[in-house]
Amino acid sequence: MLPKGVLREAERRALRLHCISLRVRGAQSKDAAIITSMLQLRFTKFQIAVHLGSLIPFGVLIWDFFGDHLTANPIQEITSRTGKTALVLLVLSLACTPLSTVLGFHAALKVRRALGLYAFFYVCLHFLTFVGLDYGFDLELLREAIFEKRYALVGFAAFLTLIPLALTSTKASMKRLGKRWKALHKLVYLTAPLVIIHYLWLVKSDIRQPLLFGAIVALLLLLRLPTIRRVLKLPALRLPAFRKSRVKEEAQHESRLSA
Amino acid sequence: MVKIRSSEITPEHLFFSRRRFLKAGALAATSLALGACGPRATPASSGGEAETTTTAAGKTTDELGGALTPYEVVTNYNNYYEFTVDKEGVAPLAKDFPTSPWTVQVGGLVKNPKTYGVEDLLTKFTQEERIYRHRCVEGWSIVVPWQGFPLAGLLQEVEPTSDARFVRFETIYAPDQMPGQRDPWYNWPYIEGLRLDEAMNNLALLVTGLYGKTLLPQNGAPLRLAVPWKYGFKSIKAIVKIDLVAEMPISLWMAAASHEYGFYANVNPTVDHPRWSQATERRLGELGRRKTLMFNGYADEVAYLYEGMDLRANY
Repeated sequence: MLPKGVLREAERRALRLHCISLRVRGAQSKDAAIITSMLQLRFTKFQIAVHLGSLIPFGVLIWDFFGDHLTANPIQEITSRTGKTALVLLVLSLACTPLSTVLGFHAALKVRRALGLYAFFYVCLHFLTFVGLDYGFDLELLREAIFEKRYALVGFAAFLTLIPLALTSTKASMKRLGKRWKALHKLVYLTAPLVIIHYLWLVKSDIRQPLLFGAIVALLLLLRLPTIRRVLKLPALRLPAFRKSRVKEEAQHESRLSA
Repeated sequence: MVKIRSSEITPEHLFFSRRRFLKAGALAATSLALGACGPRATPASSGGEAETTTTAAGKTTDELGGALTPYEVVTNYNNYYEFTVDKEGVAPLAKDFPTSPWTVQVGGLVKNPKTYGVEDLLTKFTQEERIYRHRCVEGWSIVVPWQGFPLAGLLQEVEPTSDARFVRFETIYAPDQMPGQRDPWYNWPYIEGLRLDEAMNNLALLVTGLYGKTLLPQNGAPLRLAVPWKYGFKSIKAIVKIDLVAEMPISLWMAAASHEYGFYANVNPTVDHPRWSQATERRLGELGRRKTLMFNGYADEVAYLYEGMDLRANY
């Protein structure tokens, strides 16, 4: 039996070969890029940055909680902070696919699930703050607040749509559900507009920020439409510079390895 | 497109390290989130120094037994869009706002129009302390010991004519000093109004101070209104103009969203804001919610003003 380190080296070699053969076969550089980045680190710097970035708002929240920096109305502050963070992360998770298909930034695909799950994490905090801290789990008050107020109702609906997505985010679920997984995860195209409406309906008169987020979400969803994607896939609209440099980087990396 | 399932190419140890990472994060998160429910009953500021929660007269509660909101909270958590929409951002931005010299023009349909220096108002009208509940339309409330004098006294002096039916208040327009007024979204300056009989009610107070101290800019210095049976936005700040008029004034909030903010804006737990319930409120410094009282608990003093009126239509 081979010692552990040797096994890993063998795996790396196999992957490298697979990667090269992919490129020889003219496969999309996306796949090659993903494999290449896997060869280099367990987590790429980009992934680490995304994980840290996603956790920072939570760290700041905890810090501010224990340092009493959550204003005189801390429940309100926790609610709005967790909601805002969830919104931003959801938008970022929706941006991953277009970043890859339109701009060729394929590393984004590697953080899509993490961003989605972090968004769900903040949504859970947001929801728990509302039902627990704010309404003290008082079902009568909650029924009134959730079902009689449209902003709360759409927010609640958005939360519900995210639950199956979070539950089926594992690789095992992807395998088990096969094609249906993709169909199921298109539910997020419903979640995002619900979240925007939730935001739009809860602000006091000044709807500029919800509209800005709405515009971004609309753009990100439009970029998924086949017609628009066809147009954008024209070579002129992609960013060849980025792809070229990436391929060059990989080539250099390989030559270093083989040397 | 060539699709490779990443499970085929990701070495197992990579999977597991990632799983551990996520798990550890989630565990830390839940324990901290649960901890958030426990440690403190009063999360309001506790910077170490003693909080001011007693008036000069030694009072610590309103007539219903509600504790006074600490001075530090009242002076650091402010809804004052002329400065910023960030409630904690108001105090620092308002720090150097000039409140002297300051004049208040009282005119319109009156027999004796007059411009008062704010210092004249302080000496001319006896200042008294009133502990009022202040209920914001956003669903939070505070208890504040104001000093000031009844608006009725000022109105009696200028003698409204028989045509005068409403009082229109106007805030200073000073975009140089009030950065929020540079935002064109709102129709500055801030305008508010009362029906004349509401304005003559003894509860309607022109405020010059709180907790025995001179009013600070973030609370509407040098002169603001306090009409405690109405939502907070009716209590206009930094008043420079008071006019007696025949027609109902259109307030800034009515102009911004007339279906949400009406002229009367009486605190009423049975009439919901179109987007959120007004049945309950959170008293700052308390966890949980308390039931909102009709006319904010001042029904005995003001209910007569609205007899026979449909308060759902006149929100």
